[in-house]
Amino acid sequence: MGLLDRLDDPYEGGGIILGKVEDLLNWGRSKSDWYLHFGLACCAIEFMAMNASHFDFMRFGTIPRTSPRQADFIMVTGTVTFKMADRIKILYEQMAEPKYVISVGSCSNCGGPYWEHGYHVLKGVDRIIPVDVYIPGCPPRPEAFEEGMMLLQKKISHQAIFNKRKRLESEV
Amino acid sequence: MLPNEIYDTLKTEFGDAVIEYNDQQPTDSFILIGADNLFDICHTLRDKDAFLFDYLMCLTAMDLGENVGVVYHLYSMTHKHRLVLKVTAPKTDPKIPSVEMIWRTADWHEREAFDLIGVNFEGHRNLIRILCPYDWEGHALRKDYVAPEYYHNMKVSY
Ligand code: SF4
Repeated sequence: MGLLDRLDDPYEGGGIILGKVEDLLNWGRSKSDWYLHFGLACCAIEFMAMNASHFDFMRFGTIPRTSPRQADFIMVTGTVTFKMADRIKILYEQMAEPKYVISVGSCSNCGGPYWEHGYHVLKGVDRIIPVDVYIPGCPPRPEAFEEGMMLLQKKISHQAIFNKRKRLESEV
Repeated sequence: MLPNEIYDTLKTEFGDAVIEYNDQQPTDSFILIGADNLFDICHTLRDKDAFLFDYLMCLTAMDLGENVGVVYHLYSMTHKHRLVLKVTAPKTDPKIPSVEMIWRTADWHEREAFDLIGVNFEGHRNLIRILCPYDWEGHALRKDYVAPEYYHNMKVSY
């Protein structure tokens, strides 16, 4: 982050911290993600282990929300059937920007075991909503959930908030 | 009572409606009955003191090629005996009387059989799909089922 390093000796600088507001905001954003848990199948059972005290998902600053309006990211854990796909799309559209998606498990990444004969399974949730982090596995271990969460935090903390368009133009 | 005793009792009461008793299969022995009298036979099985089958353990349907078949597994809490009933109907017109009024368990089981095999349970009060979306076309567990290419603009195949 850089921001916290400068706090090592706050007195040397006369209590002044130099940093970008953007970094501060992103730091806050990435460390307090509230999520909408869309548990669909066995991966959601693994996610229960992740939420329980052994792995303690909440130490990442995440809080489960039951409303998409309060959520920063949606966690799609499990087999996305076509019946559910419509609903996921609606919930995703109801979330406020900025919003992120974590796709958990082979099923929601690419159809998983149902890739060939699953007439009822959407072959990857990325066909209906943009996915930021894919967590592979069937089901992924809780450690993989942790890594996925850290990847999302990393992504959020490097995002531009101000002058997005200007920056994009200079990058092109 | 044993299944063959039940068969004999039913045979005297319903005659030709009870088609055969089969214990030659490696599975449970079963009684094949005609679809037309299914409701009355089930009613007797539930209410007659000698039977008292008050528990429908399972209702399932199968694609038999030309026909569709429905299987009923019954159990009596009082007499602790069990029975397997089978009934078939032609695939072109798969009509089978509903037993939903007799055993409430049959409500969702029959909806499932209707959803996936397409058995038309006559007399069911709410025969709508239960697993697939309401606007799904076809009955997915039939052997000749071909999955659609798109569902709501989402590609079905990989
Ligand atoms: S990826 Fe595996 S564990 Fe996860 S929902 Fe699919 S089948 Fe279940």
